[in-house]
Amino acid sequence: MDRIIYLDNAATTQVSEAVLNEMLPFFRQTYSNPSAIYSFAEESKKAIDKARTQAAQLIGAKPEEIYFTGGGSESDNWALKAAVEAYSEKGKHIITSKIEHHAILHTCSYLEKLGCEITYLDVDENGKISLDELRNAIRPDTILITIMTANNEIGTIEPIAEIGKIAHENGILFHTDAVQAYGHIPIHVDRMQIDMLSASGHKFNAPKGVGILYIRKGVKIRSFIHGGSQERNRRAGTSNVPSIVGLGKAAQIMEETMAERIQQETEIRDHLMKRVLSEIPYTRLNGHPTDRLPNNVNFCFQFIEGESLLILLDQIGVCASSGSACTSNSLDPSHVLLAIGLPHEIAHGSLRLTLSEETTLAEIDFVVDELKKIIERLRNMSPLYEDFIKNQKRG
Amino acid sequence: MYSEKVIDHFTNPRNVGEIENASGIGTVGNAKCGDIMRMYLDIDEQGVIKDVKFKTFGCGAAVATSSMATELVKGKTVQEALTVTNKAVMEALDGLPPVKVHCSLLAEEAIHAALWDYAEKSHIVIKGLEKPSDDIAEIVGDEEY
Repeated sequence: MDRIIYLDNAATTQVSEAVLNEMLPFFRQTYSNPSAIYSFAEESKKAIDKARTQAAQLIGAKPEEIYFTGGGSESDNWALKAAVEAYSEKGKHIITSKIEHHAILHTCSYLEKLGCEITYLDVDENGKISLDELRNAIRPDTILITIMTANNEIGTIEPIAEIGKIAHENGILFHTDAVQAYGHIPIHVDRMQIDMLSASGHKFNAPKGVGILYIRKGVKIRSFIHGGSQERNRRAGTSNVPSIVGLGKAAQIMEETMAERIQQETEIRDHLMKRVLSEIPYTRLNGHPTDRLPNNVNFCFQFIEGESLLILLDQIGVCASSGSACTSNSLDPSHVLLAIGLPHEIAHGSLRLTLSEETTLAEIDFVVDELKKIIERLRNMSPLYEDFIKNQKRG
Repeated sequence: MYSEKVIDHFTNPRNVGEIENASGIGTVGNAKCGDIMRMYLDIDEQGVIKDVKFKTFGCGAAVATSSMATELVKGKTVQEALTVTNKAVMEALDGLPPVKVHCSLLAEEAIHAALWDYAEKSHIVIKGLEKPSDDIAEIVGDEEY
């Protein structure tokens, strides 16, 4: 393939050159175990401290409130399971939403089997939870509210500060899965009253397999991985020094370039949305039109199925994703698209394009031009479209 | 994930389209599961399938199995077409991933549904052909946590 247009940055991102360069010395030169006592270990230790500060600064946290983990899913599992353990005397009720990532939803299912009760909040047609519904769901035995900062499929940003306020007014712990949002939009753990926050390195140009869990000082959350005394006794296992260094550097870059990135990505995103919605008929935008991640667009194209769309895009070098059932191992389309009220047959025809800071307008124009042809081709093959056109002629 | 033949039949599907005044038309599947196939047959007085066209809403495997199924029944007699099974379609495509096997079942069903429609329209009985169900059973693996 001549070139790849990578529009699946919500799935993962490329490790940036600056991040890689920062990491490289920690493979062969400064490979010491930071827990060791000799001076050779000092540099690794310092590097981790620096990364912790960088990761903390991005969200207004203190360095000692950042715990490095093996990624977003581990952070989510830790936050939920440890909260249930720590607050079991108060109760066993958790409030979450229907559009969370599976790292939250499947952990909740697991906790239900252990006797927890979970309230899954509905979302509106744009994917936002209702604050009134949240208030009504609170019970005396509610121990945790966990709502994602921004949705991974449709990009909708949830009212995190308001949720944090409600949680704290009611003395409830608030966790947010910020895997898609950390570094991409402004987050401040104090202003938003967040007690715990999960993030994952590979969503913002750091490597895969490293993440963070922010735990507010004073929140009594126990260790999830037992063993050595790394991460202040809360997460055992020899520190993944190169990856942690990479995450720290990536967080620093995200902080420094955030304003510029948001402006650039929003401009390209809006251009993409405008062109597709005006030039391709029977198309809907999924997610909030403005309150969404700067790099996320998600459409449903009526009468076609997402996987066939992805294969044809792949053949012209475009990497994208879909919430179609055929892209998973089940026959159900994405739970997020169903939660915003889409019927199955529409949800099957979804396409998610997620930009990076390197995505250009020219690339987007090429993709839209090709998309128009591909969708016309698939519609001409679709019995649903045939019926629709015949009914229109009759009608 | 897909064999070269599947990709070939998906990107260059054979016999896409409609047949006006078709001898038999069959539509199977449902939009809820994400697959719908419609098959049109043109059958002459000798019971030979002279032409066949299809339209499919679905994934790459759904389109490829429809395309291959049309190739396999074209020029065959009605009785011969009945012997085109989902296994034959899969083999001709050099196999399908396990989660896509239901697509080949759908293709077999689509042929049967179109033949059933032909039999009803021309008031004949095709030996060995049963009334097709208009829905395909869901084949889903156990979800694990």
